[in-house]
Amino acid sequence: MSSALSSPAWLQSLRQTARDRLESDGLPGRRDEAWKYTDVGRLEVMAYPLAERPGSPDLTAAPASGERTQLILVNGFLHSAPAQLPAGVSLTRLQDAQEVPALLGRLLPEQGKSFATMNSALFEDGLVLQIEAHTDLEHPIELISLGQADGPPVAFHPRLLLVMGKGARATLVERHAGQGQYFSNSVAELLLAEDSCLSHYVLQDEAMTAVHLALTALRQDRGSRYQAVLVQTGGRLSRHEMLPFLEGEGASFSIEGAYVARDQQHIDNTTFVVHRAPGCQSQQVFKGVLAEASRGVFQGSVLVERTAQKTNAHQLSKALLLSDRAEMDAKPELEIYADDVKCGHGATIGDIDENALFYLRARGIDDKTARQLLINAFVAEVVESIADDSVRAAFLAALAQHLSHLEATA
Amino acid sequence: MSDGMDQVRTLADQKYKYGFVTDIEADVAPKGLNEDIVAFISAKKGEPDWLLAWRLKAYRLWLTQSEPTWGRLHHAPIDYQDSYYYSAPKRKDGPKSLDEVDPKLLETYEKLGVPLHERAILAGVAVDAVFDSVSVATTYKGKLEEMGVIFTSMSEAVAKHPELVRKYLGSVVPYADNYFATLNSAVFTDGSFVYVPPGVRCPMELSTYFRINAQNTGQFERTLIIADRGSYVSYLEGCTAPMRDENQLHAAVVELVALDDAEIKYSTVQNWYPGDENGKGGIYNFVTKRGACRGRASRISWTQVETGSAITWKYPSCILQGDDSVGEFYSVAITNNYQQADTGTKMIHLGRNTRSRIVSKGVSAGHADNTYRGLVRIMPKAERARNHTQCDSLLIGDQCGAHTTPYIESRNPTARLEHEATTSKISEDQLFYARQRGLSQEEAVALIVNGFCREVLQQLPMEFAVEAQKLLAISLEGSVG
Repeated sequence: MSSALSSPAWLQSLRQTARDRLESDGLPGRRDEAWKYTDVGRLEVMAYPLAERPGSPDLTAAPASGERTQLILVNGFLHSAPAQLPAGVSLTRLQDAQEVPALLGRLLPEQGKSFATMNSALFEDGLVLQIEAHTDLEHPIELISLGQADGPPVAFHPRLLLVMGKGARATLVERHAGQGQYFSNSVAELLLAEDSCLSHYVLQDEAMTAVHLALTALRQDRGSRYQAVLVQTGGRLSRHEMLPFLEGEGASFSIEGAYVARDQQHIDNTTFVVHRAPGCQSQQVFKGVLAEASRGVFQGSVLVERTAQKTNAHQLSKALLLSDRAEMDAKPELEIYADDVKCGHGATIGDIDENALFYLRARGIDDKTARQLLINAFVAEVVESIADDSVRAAFLAALAQHLSHLEATA
Repeated sequence: MSDGMDQVRTLADQKYKYGFVTDIEADVAPKGLNEDIVAFISAKKGEPDWLLAWRLKAYRLWLTQSEPTWGRLHHAPIDYQDSYYYSAPKRKDGPKSLDEVDPKLLETYEKLGVPLHERAILAGVAVDAVFDSVSVATTYKGKLEEMGVIFTSMSEAVAKHPELVRKYLGSVVPYADNYFATLNSAVFTDGSFVYVPPGVRCPMELSTYFRINAQNTGQFERTLIIADRGSYVSYLEGCTAPMRDENQLHAAVVELVALDDAEIKYSTVQNWYPGDENGKGGIYNFVTKRGACRGRASRISWTQVETGSAITWKYPSCILQGDDSVGEFYSVAITNNYQQADTGTKMIHLGRNTRSRIVSKGVSAGHADNTYRGLVRIMPKAERARNHTQCDSLLIGDQCGAHTTPYIESRNPTARLEHEATTSKISEDQLFYARQRGLSQEEAVALIVNGFCREVLQQLPMEFAVEAQKLLAISLEGSVG
């Protein structure tokens, strides 16, 4: 906590408020409805000590930056950033900001138990990325968060605030990876001003011994567009939570998620979409493959407030269970207070479609290959909507690598 | 839609047709709830010691429990001490035929459109009519007895068939199940008991009319239906209540047990007083209904048409224990004004090849909130289990809410689960299409709403379908049709 000493007064007070709240409200557990299926309370990770700034981190997990603007966090500390940022982009660390950045923390739940509060109390190098109005970034910004616990386990709390100016267009790639036993509890706040457009590609490929919690909260103003692809393959327990607020008329939100779990992995995808303005759209599709004794969770909630007429909201969760020890829990929820809406959800859980398998077998493809084809196609479809070729290839490779471990059970 | 809205408003202004009070001197226990009251109820009914002990065990547990708060429901706190827990119509030596039944009671049924004797004769329906808490008339008993079917009030069953009651009571909904079921276990006054012996197909639909009558009397019905091997029974339950300003608590428990190859069909039309157009009054309906498909290839089907009550908290469920057993849930829930409904089902798949089907239709108008809440759980041994769930919501007006909260849990890879839900208003296109065919706005809305609910309504037995339509007529769709 050495950095806390040198941090500005506003940050110290923000942390103090968060610490007080953490103490009074505590962290969510299984008895809290939103955490019914993902039990973090029983994990020992809460006792992990905060990570120190690593001396000489191992960066092998970070891909070459290519043309991307690459920011690397190691255990929550900013390790490297390009000396020259693209025009219209600025980067500051929160502790260097003399004033509290507008809207910091505004999207996060203001009361009750929350891991975001823990993040606010404990984050190290909080990043603020600003993209000026009408900037059109050609190449993605890539944020890599690496966890490194070579010795005893550690905890860290990455924090990002991204502010997109009016009409700005950008692609943000987020990667989470690492080695050893660690607990990563990240929070990202994204603000999309009018008519801005953000593509957000997240690859959660943490160490299989890690625990990963992430909350992405976003506010969308009028006519803004947000399109996310979220791939989760790593971590012994992980939960990615999306909390979009559609505040401006005609905003559109879309997320496509894929996850592959094996062994005793537990992967949770939770979204809570809040429609506040008329004429907005939200789309969610999550597809998962669960092998061995893994467990998948989908909680997708859509709240349509009275003001959000002409809302179009859909969500779909599909899961393949490949083992008799695997478990899938889905809770697609609709809470609707406006009448002129089209909302729907669907959820399916099952194994590989026998008809599809038969079709492939009839074409002379052996059982094992046929199953692999069907499983790969099932999840790979999600990644196809990534526009950037190199990013798509990297995500596909990560999926393929994890899928190859499933052969034994598939 | 503005015409459609007018229809809804017209409807909202309609007075509750069945709101009247019959003045019958009731045999009432003192107000409030304590161990003495529990003992009073038990003594009044001449119950055996084991049942009193069971009631007291429930009561003591209830004191330590707290009301569930997870439902999407808002209401003023319920004062459990401000209610009467026992009230029975006066009886001489117990009526042996319709002639002996208090004519005032019969008159009440007349007003309700349930001409007991006529209906029984014409429709061949045996009616175990529950007025307040005690059965006052049963018909067609002879015919049922001939076939070995036991269809009596719960009190009578306790007296005459204690071995069956003791074996099955609380075996599906244990006394510790939940706050309201525990309360019911402590203070239940009466209800129906049905036992269908092996291989018997019950020759008629069994029905009971519940009616809350005496002022400030909560209703705590307890129903137990057992279908022995290879038997079949269809049970109909329907209710209306007089108009009231004070909220009345209703916490019923229904337990169904289906053994090998047995089938139980349980249909409900619920039209209790929903409160007035400002949300004043109305019945609080906290019901625990659960069926156990214990035997292999057994089948339990719940059908409900919920149009009444200020608050509905009800989840008729199936525990599919036997291999190849089937559970079904068909529901229409209509809320208007300030009504709140939080209803759905639970399908727990334990056995192999178990199948379940859920069809839920919610219609919400006025300032009402309508929530479907359901659980489908596939346990590891439930090989090749199947579930299909469809829940649709229709919104009429921009001040109401429609919500869907399903929980879908699978722990078997050979199981297949499908869930679909939609929420929308009546589409302009559909209306336009119907209008274009020469239907009035009113007819068009009625047609569409009826079509929306049809899948469920057609599950109702014939006799009940008529009643259901009658009840819907004073509810939402009726006003536009």
